[in-house]
Amino acid sequence: MSTVIKIRRGLNIPLLGSAERILQKPPLATEYAVKPTDFHGLVPKMMVEEGTRVKAGSPLFFDKYNPDVVFTSPVSGVYRQLVRGAKRRILEVRIEPHRENDYVDFGAGQPSSMSRDQITKKLLQSGLWPVIRQRPYSVIANTNDKPRAIFISGFKTVPLAPDLDFFVYNQENEFQLGLDVLGRLTDGDVHLSIHAKETGSKAFLEATGVRIHRFSGPHPAGNVGIQIHHIRPVNKGEVVWYVDVQDVIAIGRLFSKGIYDAQKIVALTGSEVLKPRYYKIIRGAQITAFTGNNIREEEDTRLRYISGDVLSGEKITPDGFIGFYDDQLTVIPEGDKPELLGWLIPKINKFSVSRTFFSFMMPWKKYRLNTNIRSGERPFVITGLYEKVLPMDILPMQLIKSVMINDIDLMEKLGIYEVAPEDFALCEFVCPSKIEMQSIIREGLDNIRKEFE
Amino acid sequence: MKALHDLLMNVKSRFEKGGRFEKFYRTFEAFETFLFVGGNVTNRGSHIRDAIDMKRTMFHVVIALVPVLLFGMWNVGYQHYLATGLDADFIDQFVFGLIKVLPLVIVSYVSGLAIEFLFATIRDHEVNEGFLVTGLLIPLVIPVTTPLWMVAVATVFAVIIGKEVFGGTGMNILNPALLARAFLFFAYPAHLSGDDVWIYTGLSEGQQLIDGFSGATPLAAIAAGEMQNFPSVMEMFLGTIPGSVGETSTLAVLAGALILVATGTGSLRIMLSVVAGGLITGLLFNLFAVNAYMEIPPYYHLIMGGFAFGAVYMATDPVTAAQTGTGKYIYGFLIGVVTILIRVVNPAYPEGMMLAILFMNVFAPLIDHYVVQANIKRRMRRVQQPEAEFVRK
Repeated sequence: MSTVIKIRRGLNIPLLGSAERILQKPPLATEYAVKPTDFHGLVPKMMVEEGTRVKAGSPLFFDKYNPDVVFTSPVSGVYRQLVRGAKRRILEVRIEPHRENDYVDFGAGQPSSMSRDQITKKLLQSGLWPVIRQRPYSVIANTNDKPRAIFISGFKTVPLAPDLDFFVYNQENEFQLGLDVLGRLTDGDVHLSIHAKETGSKAFLEATGVRIHRFSGPHPAGNVGIQIHHIRPVNKGEVVWYVDVQDVIAIGRLFSKGIYDAQKIVALTGSEVLKPRYYKIIRGAQITAFTGNNIREEEDTRLRYISGDVLSGEKITPDGFIGFYDDQLTVIPEGDKPELLGWLIPKINKFSVSRTFFSFMMPWKKYRLNTNIRSGERPFVITGLYEKVLPMDILPMQLIKSVMINDIDLMEKLGIYEVAPEDFALCEFVCPSKIEMQSIIREGLDNIRKEFE
Repeated sequence: MKALHDLLMNVKSRFEKGGRFEKFYRTFEAFETFLFVGGNVTNRGSHIRDAIDMKRTMFHVVIALVPVLLFGMWNVGYQHYLATGLDADFIDQFVFGLIKVLPLVIVSYVSGLAIEFLFATIRDHEVNEGFLVTGLLIPLVIPVTTPLWMVAVATVFAVIIGKEVFGGTGMNILNPALLARAFLFFAYPAHLSGDDVWIYTGLSEGQQLIDGFSGATPLAAIAAGEMQNFPSVMEMFLGTIPGSVGETSTLAVLAGALILVATGTGSLRIMLSVVAGGLITGLLFNLFAVNAYMEIPPYYHLIMGGFAFGAVYMATDPVTAAQTGTGKYIYGFLIGVVTILIRVVNPAYPEGMMLAILFMNVFAPLIDHYVVQANIKRRMRRVQQPEAEFVRK
């Protein structure tokens, strides 16, 4: 096997509330939602009327700029409600589920005996195409592109990360079938990254038809962007695709059973969860189905529900829906209480990478961190800090500044095509000036995309 | 705490839009955020944030300045009593220095912060914390005899011309504290150089200076070739020599350096490369020595004048230093080189640290430019490599 790619720079944020390896199957949620906002840059066009009965796999809406890409219902039931936000933007397409799941039959298929076009068509019809995303831009893959390679990260390093070995347990065949399907979509390689020490599942270790890369090191070693950078960076004009592990399994199920089976496992994590563990749900489930009374409710503490991880996840309401790509729900306290001389008095419950708090002396301690931002935004002052948490040959501060002045040429040269907002999440976390780097990177990517389309 | 916060919130409405003191909102806000870290929560991006903020960062630099400040105060008294030949114990010496130095600190803070608050109000942004450090640096890099009005003028000049015209903290090209010093140095040379300014003599009636009193700093002495007044290595290291308030003691500066490096606030990279630049240039001069100055052991340079102070507190200012890792080495090294060059070769200025740092401040963006270009080239080579070369052994 290949040598280990050691990621040396990065940071594991020690949070309380990682999930125990117990899998529960909660009852059906009262509602399911497909949220167009989960797909960056998507302008949805509805295909059904409110009140229509749908099956799992029935189309709900499509991408206005790429009508082939349809989004389908994860469950069978009735399309009840369209929730709109400011400027009538569609936020949620809500489905009320039936007790028994009816599936649209797309027909099983052997990827080896199908053409690339047939495979693409099947993925598009079933609504599974959006699980394939691309770099650059970190958006849904363009159906007309021929990707140079496809990348799959077989481990996660985000705070309170779910254990992907646990996800593929008992689904090894579907995972392998999914890999075979992806292999037909590119003339290049399918790269599967695993953790050098912690990955133990046969699904990963004995996967065939892929190139396996072993990584070690702190977060963001598990980010697919970091892995791509170290395996084979993206150049201007090139496109690579990436897919999450559970979505590879979903693709596998589509080809083995011929249905859009939207079941997935999510980890319920965070310091405010009483018993953090795993739940087998259907994509887009209302979270109340599994948060139940497993959340610590205190009189004077408001809570932040995050679909995803604390660094890059999406803020949702306590009765919101789990995001399309998310395999984790995190609940932490809000930090809306002012603190007397909070900048001056070092308390032991605060975490900092700088050695100006006590946390550096207690590497074993785990923290209950809240959402307090601690200060207003300032211009860049401190240098040399961001490089320590971005394990790429990219100058983070210079790249951010090039986006701020919208210098497209400079952004390209400094490596904007290789990055996604999530890769800058740690830079944003450590920033003493509280600069919102993930938004800035997203803005830069959007500007470049506009320029070339 | 609750009562205090309630009171603050009560008063706040008067400073908000439509309130009677609307114009002072930014001032109020500065005090409010000083007292309380607000209950603002993250909206976009990372939901949790590192506990560090600008206030705490700057506060640690201020802590790191405390050793030199305290030593400087004592040394002002010590030098005074030494010059006048009067008896005084440690407390007398310190109190004398305290009385002389404290006004400098207060004037610097008041005049500088006034400008900061004014600009924050005009530009409608939060008051930046950067001046907390600058305001303490200014009194430490000038002679104790500097008239207070000069301190005020220099501070105002440095904050406006050095910082605010560029957009405030984080945007400035030159180190504001050094700019204040440079302003005084060129505008009022008689007060910033020579042999008479470094020690507050302030003779009252019946007192007189002791015989053989010189008042010259080691740098001045050596430049003039007056080696009879030259202090011992130990005196220079400890700092019991004339000089600007905070610069004399290498020992106190090292204590500050330790705090900066241990807390990760100051760049060790820059500090070490300044020292390396100084030592190597000193050695080179030794090799081609034609006069007494060129012959002195290179490490003398580190303990004379403002070398140590500049290397630890001034060169490491993250805003005006080079911002790339490699750039920091080059930037620091060149500061060391230029300082020694000015000291030894230029007859007009006995001290070179201030000018060397300001000079390199100007060149820092250029250094960074080349480092960034190198990064771009390296990246281009990497992404354009043929696929095969990425197969790992």
